[in-house]
Amino acid sequence: MAGILRKLSRGAVFAALLLPAASAAWAAEPPKRVVSMNLCTDELAMLIAAPGQLYSVSYLAADPGSSVLATQAGGYAVNHGLAEEIFLMQPDLVIAGTYTTRSTVTLLRRLGFRVEEFAPENSFDDIRANLKRMGEILGRQQRAAELIAEFNVGLDELAARKAPARTVAFYYANSYTSGSGTLADAIVKASGLVNIGDTLGLAGTTKLPLEMLLIANPDIIADGIDRYDTPALAQENFVHPAYRALPGRKVAVPGKYMICGAPFTLEAARILKDAATDHGGQP
Amino acid sequence: MSLLSVSNLHVALGARPVLKDVSFEVTAGEFVGLIGPNGAGKSTLLRAALGLAPSRGRIAIGGDEGLSSRQRALRIAYLAQERDIAWPVSVEAVVALGRAPHGSAFSNAAAQDRRIIEQAMRRMEIAAFRDRQATQLSGGEKARVLIARALAQDAPLLLADEPASGLDPSHQIVLMRLFAELASEGRAVVASMHDLGMAARWCSRLILLDHGMIVADGAPRAVLTAERLRSVYGIEAHLGEAADGMIVQPLDIAAGVDAATTQSGKEQHDG
Amino acid sequence: MTDTARYRVVLAILAAATVVLFLLSLTVGPAAIGLGDSLSALFSDKRDAIALIMREIRLPRAILGLMIGATLGLSGAALQGWLRNPLAEPGLLGVSASASLGAVIAIYTGFSALFPLGLPLAALGGAVLAVFVVQAMAGLRGGTLTIILSGVAVSAFAGAMTSLALNLSPNPFAALEIMFWMLGSLTDRSMTHVWLAAPFMLVGWAMLASLGRALDALTLGSDTAASMGVNLRRVQFLAVFGTAASVGAATAVAGAIGFVGLVVPHILRPLVGARPSRLLPASALGGAAVLLTADILVRVIAPGRDLKLGVLTAIVGAPFFLWLVYRTRRQLL
Repeated sequence: MAGILRKLSRGAVFAALLLPAASAAWAAEPPKRVVSMNLCTDELAMLIAAPGQLYSVSYLAADPGSSVLATQAGGYAVNHGLAEEIFLMQPDLVIAGTYTTRSTVTLLRRLGFRVEEFAPENSFDDIRANLKRMGEILGRQQRAAELIAEFNVGLDELAARKAPARTVAFYYANSYTSGSGTLADAIVKASGLVNIGDTLGLAGTTKLPLEMLLIANPDIIADGIDRYDTPALAQENFVHPAYRALPGRKVAVPGKYMICGAPFTLEAARILKDAATDHGGQP
Repeated sequence: MSLLSVSNLHVALGARPVLKDVSFEVTAGEFVGLIGPNGAGKSTLLRAALGLAPSRGRIAIGGDEGLSSRQRALRIAYLAQERDIAWPVSVEAVVALGRAPHGSAFSNAAAQDRRIIEQAMRRMEIAAFRDRQATQLSGGEKARVLIARALAQDAPLLLADEPASGLDPSHQIVLMRLFAELASEGRAVVASMHDLGMAARWCSRLILLDHGMIVADGAPRAVLTAERLRSVYGIEAHLGEAADGMIVQPLDIAAGVDAATTQSGKEQHDG
Repeated sequence: MTDTARYRVVLAILAAATVVLFLLSLTVGPAAIGLGDSLSALFSDKRDAIALIMREIRLPRAILGLMIGATLGLSGAALQGWLRNPLAEPGLLGVSASASLGAVIAIYTGFSALFPLGLPLAALGGAVLAVFVVQAMAGLRGGTLTIILSGVAVSAFAGAMTSLALNLSPNPFAALEIMFWMLGSLTDRSMTHVWLAAPFMLVGWAMLASLGRALDALTLGSDTAASMGVNLRRVQFLAVFGTAASVGAATAVAGAIGFVGLVVPHILRPLVGARPSRLLPASALGGAAVLLTADILVRVIAPGRDLKLGVLTAIVGAPFFLWLVYRTRRQLL
């Protein structure tokens, strides 16, 4: 009974909004008007979509601090992830992250939109899988395969360049770091370096108390992620006298390379590796 | 010797005048009863004399004007009508507060202070419960503790705002006797009170206030006349003589006077 | 005499507890450093990691715990004595929340980066405003209900303005920092914070400590106190600015920490014969001991989670506050 009621009400919504899309047609041909509402799917879609296929990206895609493709994002309509806004765009495909507000995704589905969700990339395999899936969804398998190949070549080049096995610690605002199972950890390993977060047994993005960082005393500290010019207590850990007294070399790795996984993520690995190599002369 | 001299004192609370052109002088050896109906301005007069209420006029304490609050505290002790004790301090600690103006730097009172505190407690018959919490006392006990505190201040002049209220007859008499005794020692006491019988019997002088003005000032027999009691208080009273003093016993509301309208019945301004 | 002797014993015990808790605070932290190592590292000339941790992380934390705790205990006792009200406390009167607002404005506009003293001064300004508003509403003879209600209103307004200021900040982290400002924390504070806040706290303490005898006299009401030579204007000045300077500086570096100023004077009052003058030093020591304990507990209970101090103080303090309200409710209305 309840099920019938739900179907009836959904039917009523469908009828009232006079929406076109029938579910059977979804898989048949590639979407023509795609809206992405998450920074990482924005970037994947911008890399893969055919000209004219992608209609709108999120406002973060145009923020040069967060997005590698900020200039390119200027060519698309901007959304703020609000259901009303996206409804008015009348897309035939919505791409969201799995962390996109649940209520918005549910509402869009209730309104009859096709929503595809992408999980964030925590490993190189995740990057390949998401590239491949984005290619399939957009009907651009060829372009996706090219990007995956480019990514693999980059990885091989990185592995070929020998570097000393230095220790690296990521140190973010509020004393957070990246432990095992994170994209940052994969990047460090691909650079032939050792992630302090991993050796300390930390998993995921988690707190690294300043005291522990002092004890671990890493060769390189990557602290350029999530830093803003405007003040916040979250950044006071970077000016703490004990932190400044750390002998390790501080390297600014721009966050935009590591927030989302894509071929450009290898740029972060290159920065770290360069730092480790320059560092080689010192004890 | 003049302990307190007030001349042409005016006090207003907001726009409402409470005291109008009040003048009097208190000299050593006097026990002055400050009487008058509710709202006559008795409490305000005591507070203004201490500088606690903003006033216009001249107030000289022991012949001096413009004393600092500390100097004033050495010359006048004050017993407020308010008997609220905020914290559960011991009875002895409350009495010892009276020594504060004397500047013994620590609450470890010096020998002189101790003696005065002990004497004050003995006089008010509270030494037996000196260790009890003052907040736990009955109203009458609390009143006696606060009087002892004022005595411990050991000032030449004591201004007391309704010190006898809440006391049983025996403690009222103890209190009156004590005030008379203080006066005979060369100090002076000004106490506001409502019990005309007590005032007549124990005070050496009465000041009768009505509507913020002094209506009469003099010996009890001169102030407490049947006519004045009728015009100021609106009551009929039995006035008599006993072996050692005057007897005043209020009997009834005066004929033709409604208690609520007595305030408008006054007509005399002699003093 | 026995009274005085007992008071001295209470002070001695509180002082000893504070010293022990201070040392204990130095030895608690995520980096497992032995007791002997950690304390000897404080005094060695070495500049290794352990010495750095001890001198630059744990020592300022323990010093701030001690000083802020003392500030809260002392100001609670002083405010209660001044307002003659057992429910007065910097947190409940909105002083802490307003100091937070001042600090937030100074920090997030970048003002304190240009002029470091601007931080404690802005917090002090916020705190002064709060005390004046509450006092203007309640008056010197103000009833408990008026004082508490004005405190609630001031707190709510300051909290909302703090939230607004944080939300308007262009830094995305700022909005999340409301927790720090409302619940307080000592995590990874540095000597910089100690140097910034300590002078203001010391000045505030001196002002509040000088109130002892006046507060004793105020036990019998403001008229009686005035008749005994207490200068009420001076008392007001010292109470308002002493509280504002010390609580303002404390809040500027550690956020608002509630209930310490309420609970500590209450527990200690019977032990010092309820005399406000004796309660001041006792509450300062008691507050230091309580805050050091809370700060040790947040590190032991949930290491690495950055549990806020106000969480712990509220777990103990809020039920206590309710009990107090229950007990004094007859006087409230």
